[in-house]
Parts: sequence; C-alpha cells; structure tokens
Amino acid sequence: MRNRIASLLLGTALALGASATAMAQDKAVKIGVLTDLSGLYADLGGPGAVVAAQMAVEDSGMAAKGWKLDVISADHQNKPDIGTSIARQWIDVDKVDVLMDVLNSGVALAVNNVVREKNAVMINSGAATSDLTNAQCSPNTVHWTYDTYMLAHSTGQALVKAGGDTWFFLTADYAFGHALERDTAAVVVAAGGKVIGSVKHPLNTADFSSFLLQAQASKAKIIGMANGGGDTTNTIKQAAEFGIVSGGQKLAGLLLFLSDVHSLGLKVAQGLNFTETFYWDLNDQTRAFSKRFAERMKSKAMPTMVQAGVYAGLLHYFKALEAIGGNPHDGAKVVAKMKELPTDDPLFGKGTIRADGRKLHPAYLFEVKSPAESKGPWDYYKLVGTTSADQAFRPLSESACPLVKK
Amino acid sequence: MQALYAQLLVGLINGSFYALLSLGLAVIFGMLNIINFAHGALYMMGAFVAYFLLNLAGINYWLALLIAPIVVGIFGMILERTMLQWLTGLDHLYGLLLTFGIALVVQGVFQNYFGSSGMPYAIPDELKGGMNLGFMFLPVYRGWVVIFSLVVCLATWFLIEKTRLGAYLRAATENPTLVRAFGINVPRMITLTYGLGVGLAALAGVLSAPINQVRPLMGADLIIVVFAVVVIGGMGSIMGSIITGFALGVIEGLTKYFYPEASNTVVFVLMVLVLLVKPTGLTGRAA
Repeated sequence: MRNRIASLLLGTALALGASATAMAQDKAVKIGVLTDLSGLYADLGGPGAVVAAQMAVEDSGMAAKGWKLDVISADHQNKPDIGTSIARQWIDVDKVDVLMDVLNSGVALAVNNVVREKNAVMINSGAATSDLTNAQCSPNTVHWTYDTYMLAHSTGQALVKAGGDTWFFLTADYAFGHALERDTAAVVVAAGGKVIGSVKHPLNTADFSSFLLQAQASKAKIIGMANGGGDTTNTIKQAAEFGIVSGGQKLAGLLLFLSDVHSLGLKVAQGLNFTETFYWDLNDQTRAFSKRFAERMKSKAMPTMVQAGVYAGLLHYFKALEAIGGNPHDGAKVVAKMKELPTDDPLFGKGTIRADGRKLHPAYLFEVKSPAESKGPWDYYKLVGTTSADQAFRPLSESACPLVKK
Repeated sequence: MQALYAQLLVGLINGSFYALLSLGLAVIFGMLNIINFAHGALYMMGAFVAYFLLNLAGINYWLALLIAPIVVGIFGMILERTMLQWLTGLDHLYGLLLTFGIALVVQGVFQNYFGSSGMPYAIPDELKGGMNLGFMFLPVYRGWVVIFSLVVCLATWFLIEKTRLGAYLRAATENPTLVRAFGINVPRMITLTYGLGVGLAALAGVLSAPINQVRPLMGADLIIVVFAVVVIGGMGSIMGSIITGFALGVIEGLTKYFYPEASNTVVFVLMVLVLLVKPTGLTGRAA
C-alpha cells in the first residue's frame, strides 16, 4: 500500500514536472533554414535566406512578447536524400518547428513528405514546382514566393502574344525542369503556339554548346530555358557566343533571379523578359528592407525574391503563432491559422494563403535594363507588366489537391 | 548529318579543356607520384586571376594568358615546397587527401567572398563573332581554344618526351638518387614540374573564363570528369592523356546529341569499362 502511494506521488510529481517544462517551452520556436549553402543555387537562397530569417526574427518583436526564437541552418547540397535526413533529424532530435526556404524542387518534394508525416511546418520559398500545392499538396506546407505554373503563365503568355509561337525547350533534367517545361508547354499550346522540341540536360552543366546547337537547328522562334541558377547564366552567356539571339531566335528565361542578372552583367542580360514576385526597387518598403539586408550580406547583394519570401513567410508564421497564443508544435494547426489570417507584409503587400497552401500575390513581368538605362549598382529591372494575385496562380478549379473541396 | 559534324566539333572544344587539365595531372602524377586533387581549384584560380587582372589592373586577356599561369604556378610551387614535398615516399593516398583538403580550403575561401554564381568575363574583342561553316556557326573564340590548347599540349609533350630537360625529369622519377649523383638538383626540378602542371591548369582556367562564368565551383564541377579522363588514358602517360582528353570530349558531345540525359555519366561508364578490360588505362604501363 505504501509502495503504491509512493509511486502515485512520484507519478504526479513527474507529470507536474513534465507539464511545467511543457509550459516553459510553450513559447519556444525553432526555425530551420534548409537550403543550398554552397552550390549553384547558394546566391539566390543560401546564406541570404539565413540572413532573411534572422531579420524576420528581429523585426517580429516576438522576443519582447516572451517568445524564444532560434534560427539554425543546414546545407542540403541539392540532394533529396540529404535534405530528408536533415529534416528528420531536425524535427525528431532538435525539435525544429518550421522549415524555411527548402529551395530545389527535388529536395522540396521529398522534405514535404517528411514534414507532413511528422506534423511540422514547411514554408517553402525557393522551390519552383507547382506540384507542392497541386497533387502533392499538404496541410503542413505553405508555398510562398512563386511556382512553375505562375512563371509559365506570366512569361509564356506574354511571349506567345508578342509573336513567339514556336518553342524549343532546354530543360534541367529533374523535378523542377520537368514541371516548368510541362507548365510552359501547356500555356504555349493553349495560346495557339507549338512546341517543336526539347532537350533535357543534367543539373549543373558547364557547357551548353551541344544543346544550343540543337536549339538553333530547330529554328524555333523562342528557346525556353527551363533551368535555373548557374545553368541559366551559362546558357545565356553561351547563346550569345553562338549567335543565337543575333540569328533571330529569342531566349526566354523562364526562371531568372536578381543574382543571375547580377552575375551575367547587363551587357549580356539586357532585354531578357522574365517574371518575379519581388524586386528590391518596387516601392519604399522593399527598398528600405533591401538596404538593411544588403548591409548584412558579405557580398552586399540585394535580396532575391526567394530571400524576400523567407522573410515575409516567417513574419506571417509568427503572426499565426501570436494568434494561437502558444504551443507552436502542432504544425497542421499553425498552417491552418496561417491560411485563416490574411497576409500583409512590407515585401509582398496584402495577400492570402489558399486551402491548397498556395500564397497569392501579384506577379511582375520584368525586362532587364540596358547598361545605358541602369542608373547605379543593382538597378537592373524595369517593370513591363503586372498580373493580379487572383490571376497569377493556378485557379482552384484546375486543382488536383485533395485539400481543396469541390 | 550536318548536326553531327557540329556536335563533333563542339566535342573537340570541350575535349581541349579535358586535354589541358588531364595533361597537367598526368605530368604531376608521372613525375611526382602525387594525385593532385587541387587541380580543379587551381584551374579556378587561373580564371579568377584573369578576372582580377582585367578588373583591377586593366590587364587584358592576352597578357592574362601569360601572367595567370605564372602567378598560379608560383602559388603551386609554394604549396609543393611547404606541404607536398613532405609526402614523398608515402602512399598515394596521403597526397590525394592533402590536395583534396587544399582544394576545399581554396574553394571555400573564394566562395566566401564571391558567392556561387560568379562574375562575367567578356570575350576579347579580337576573338569576337563567329564564322558560318555551312554545317554550324562556329564562334571564333571556340576555334581559338581548340588550336591554342592543341599547340600547348603538343609543346608540353615535346618538352617532356623529346628534350634533354625532359630526359632528366623522367630519369629523376625512375631513380632520383642516381640523377642526384650526376649533380642535378632533383627537389628543385620536382618543384618546377609541379609548377608547370599547375600552370597548365591555370591556363585552362583563363581559356575557359570567357566561355563560362568565373565561379568558385567551376573547377570542382570539372575535375571529377578530368580524373576519369586520366584514369582512362592511363595514369602518368603524357600522350595518352592528350588523346583521351580530346576523344572523350567528342564522345561526350555525341552523347549530348543522341541521349543528352546520359551526358554527365558517359565518361564514367567508359571508365568502368576500361578499368575492367585494361586496368592500367588505354596507354598506361603497368606500375
């Protein structure tokens, strides 16, 4: 009998202790930035994404309200297996609540499953594949910045309308390239154009001359580059060498970032059309943020839309946490709150998150300035068109996402 | 058919880089018995030196072709004197690990300061434009790369296989003690040889700067393929590495045409086949 009382007391004490720690941890949030810190996408996400996350933590003012926010980061090296094993360790061992950025569509789709299985949160900024909010959509994932459907519609439609009705694709041979080619080809065909051919190149290719010759021989009016980062810059540079643009064919950068334009230089990049959802020089608020951001970067680089998306997505996540009031560890619940609250941040303006996890905001069609038009460092884009938030992304009526009630 | 000629020519262009780099590796391995994993990083440094020369000092491409290999070559000789020379007589593995470490450090430093997307380097005005060959549009610069690297490769081969200096070198690798007995400063010769191999890598770096972006990772992406080229050609064989360099460039070019998805792997498939049939490489002698 005495034994039983003792063990009962012990049990109560333990339970009390456990609940006490639970209460103490109630407002502790761990943020993991999972990105490419050293490879071909490191400039568009990478260390800049970590800086953006830290800035969001500081700007949120959450610490003053009793929250304890921790930012950690890791390099997934563009390998899905490494990405998922980091995600598992982070969520299981390090108790990470939210994964940020997760650029590279291959990695993102793999991590998406882990996050869902373990009920954490992923706010994806850098991955392009529209599958994240379509067939692969998850109650634990928000896709913030852009996706292949949006890129295809904005850039693709504009180019077909301007007379580019025959296309040849240069496609990065993995989930992202395939999705971008598929979505763009659909737009081209729907607008009355024709896809003459395509060639798939391995990720991270140094020499594109063979592929460019095939594109040249196809006589297509538009050569659509369904690749990203270093692959795109090398394609553009070498296309100039092979006289592709002077031969009358037009290059379409389906996914270009500020960092790519910067590294190409305006002389090579001028005249390119492409779509982004953020540019540092859009308005006073984006300029103010970007200036602060660049000061903290070793390279003094202005933020790309991916880095801006990490900042804005995290701010909205904090807003949802505040609304819930504590216990941030039920990922699906937090994401549901994020969808319920309208978004409003200095970088992307007002917006919403749809049932399928898609963040909605306007898409901007830019053209790269010529060296003469550029007034200073990082003055690279001029705005040539805007697609409103409700038009920019895949309509829910076409959605294959099981979360969408029809 | 026309497309095929074009792909063959493009293959030769890529082959020139493989040949220049694998030649440097073969020289270093043949004379120093070091598997120089830092070769890619040194190639990258060559491109960066050209970039700095142009943007900081206004020194043009042509002078960079001369200066960059010398600068990087001196850097290589310092490496050899301060680190590599202590490894003589040890297992290959130590040299490989040391140079691999050096490569990671050098790349890390450059990446820290220059990010990953790299900087632009324009084609020199004299080599701008292109010629229409009927079956393809050949940029003048690419033609220049093929001819120039062929000349450099053959000159290096001549230097090592046909001159007196080359004879000393080859003798020194066979029996350093004996060569020393004839009054030749073997350690200095070895340092200079390493400098020569490294200079070749830097030269390839300058040649590639106008084609690719000048990026910290440009060498890391290339070096694995180059190692496969050296293994296929036969470790340490000068002519073997030149010929395999060009040949594999052509084979890779053809793969890009017929089955592009495999273009990154075809070299390694060939390497496996060659190793299975002739483990010393196509032209290699048994060790």
